[in-house]
Amino acid sequence: MWEYTDKVQQHFLFPKNVGEIENPSGTGNVGSLACGDALKLTFKLDDKEVITDAKFKTFGCASAIASSSVLTEMIIGMTLEEASKVTNEDIADRLGGLPKEKMHCSVMGREALEAAIADYRGLKLPMAEGEVVCECFGVTDLEVIRAIKESNLHSVEEITNFTKAGGGCGKCLDRLREILVETSHQGISLKNLAEKTKPRMTTLQKIKKIEEALEREIRPGLRKDGGDIELVDVDGDFVFVSLRGACTSCVKSQTTIKEYVEKKLRELVLDTLIVEESK
Amino acid sequence: MMNHNDAVYMDNNATTRIAPEVLEAMLPYLQDYYGNPSSMHRFGGQVGASISQARKQVADLLGAEPEEIIFTSCGTESDSTAIFSALQSFPEKRHVITTRVEHPAVKNLSENLDRLTGHKHRLTRLMVDPEGCLDLQKYEEALAEDTAIVSVMWANNETGVIFPVVEMAKMAKERGILFHTDAVQAVGKIPINLKETDIDFLSISGHKLHGPKGIGVLYVRRGTPFMPFLVGGHQERGRRGGTENVASIIGLGRACELAAANMADENSRVKKMRDKLEQGLLSSIPHSMLNGHKIDRLPNTANISFEYVEGEAILLHMDQYNICASSGSACTSGSLEPSHVLRAMGVPFTAAHGSIRYSLSVYNTEEEIDFVLAKMPSIIAGLREMSPFWKADM
Repeated sequence: MWEYTDKVQQHFLFPKNVGEIENPSGTGNVGSLACGDALKLTFKLDDKEVITDAKFKTFGCASAIASSSVLTEMIIGMTLEEASKVTNEDIADRLGGLPKEKMHCSVMGREALEAAIADYRGLKLPMAEGEVVCECFGVTDLEVIRAIKESNLHSVEEITNFTKAGGGCGKCLDRLREILVETSHQGISLKNLAEKTKPRMTTLQKIKKIEEALEREIRPGLRKDGGDIELVDVDGDFVFVSLRGACTSCVKSQTTIKEYVEKKLRELVLDTLIVEESK
Repeated sequence: MMNHNDAVYMDNNATTRIAPEVLEAMLPYLQDYYGNPSSMHRFGGQVGASISQARKQVADLLGAEPEEIIFTSCGTESDSTAIFSALQSFPEKRHVITTRVEHPAVKNLSENLDRLTGHKHRLTRLMVDPEGCLDLQKYEEALAEDTAIVSVMWANNETGVIFPVVEMAKMAKERGILFHTDAVQAVGKIPINLKETDIDFLSISGHKLHGPKGIGVLYVRRGTPFMPFLVGGHQERGRRGGTENVASIIGLGRACELAAANMADENSRVKKMRDKLEQGLLSSIPHSMLNGHKIDRLPNTANISFEYVEGEAILLHMDQYNICASSGSACTSGSLEPSHVLRAMGVPFTAAHGSIRYSLSVYNTEEEIDFVLAKMPSIIAGLREMSPFWKADM
């Protein structure tokens, strides 16, 4: 069971400003059914660009509903300029905090507000223009970078808690780790970060060791038979290699990869590696 | 703390109330008879006799022999013991068959065998159809020369769907393959007679059948090769080291005896209440649907999806009325994706996020069913009003 504050409980059980404004000044739609939460925010502005009314409709858990409800309460009476400065942390703080796994609910509130403001101004959302990193939840690199910077995130797990990125199939976890390292370069030394996020080995270390093992232990054997091997990519525990020369036409190439290359790499580099042929 | 008398408890697939008779049987072993059954003195030795009796009570419920019963600490330990034992007994076999809808105890174990054993394994995870049932033809095709063990749950914890494990065990046996079933949800709810099956290993968890937590059983068929998981003292005839959890063993024995006595009630009265709840919800709440096969199912479980609303929000509103149930939604699991069981069945996201599992026991009453039926429609309607995907004319 989640530990929700009384404030979250109140806003969940008795939400404020549920509904949809007719002819709104701005509308923000974020999330989807597939993602498990979605929020439609509408607001009305007066001629001084002050938010006079705001309403929400939310599909989601208690913290998603509470975040939406408290957000509408916060922004009514604000100027558009003030509203555009509201962060997800502000939303979470107003609720007396959210469980860390639920921070993405406050992020959703902020994103809906941004989308609604952009809608009013006739602008495109800059965040949506980034490159999609997490396909499961449709999160872009720009969104991840912003979350890291604004909420001072230090691990991939935190990125998932705040943005949901990486919470699905997990394919993007290594990319998230890279973004984390790139983004937080300034504040924290790379070494500390690597230790924090990856207890065993960084991708870079892995690549180096794999290259070394290939050169010293694996290539000589293959070359004897007129073949060769090249490292194409390392993605988490997945090592993608490409066979060259005589190996390409060899019917036993799959066996070579699994029984010989993988075995050797597991022995010499990391026992969890999975070697696949890159085609 | 919330008083148990106030709870409308419909989460019996998660855990059950300890039967008063079970507690009564246990108490003397927590207070007076604290002796170690391995001791030479009578004070300890007499406890050993009580354990023997409990072993017989468990065996009787399963249609097994007492010496085929090993007491463990939980269902998970039983599952791990069975699977690792089979892999050690046949080191040359590196193929494991299981399903997409297993409990994490088997799912996470089988998916991490390479890392856990240091050997490469081939894993077949059998698909289920939209009703949550297995395709026996696909199963037959998967059985191979190098298959060490098949592990298929007897009944699914989320949907209650029952798998044809008796038939599947027979097919495995014909090919010399060991068969394990996680029967944690099935034991005590449906009749089981292991003598008439080819099942080699079967796991039980005490707290799922009104026994205490922290006690489990692994049934190992006589003649089935076995390697212990916990190695230590000679307890359980050397098959599971560690001083016996005496009071819980006694409690589990009594719980099994009670389950046998209540079996008819479970399959008539409880089933009737479940059917009433299920039909009532489906007919009073539009855009709701049953998850799982309507017939081949445990008598106590109803898994129902309410479209366009989210499970955690439903549960917390139910909690306001002290109604206890579970959900397969992402938010309740702590992960960001809905239940792997519902996803394997192909339940659409619109429905998977809004799934609620009601699981009854012999302690539920008609009044409770009526209470839940009275409260659910307004809970769902209230949340739908808030949902951006819900249209009033749907």
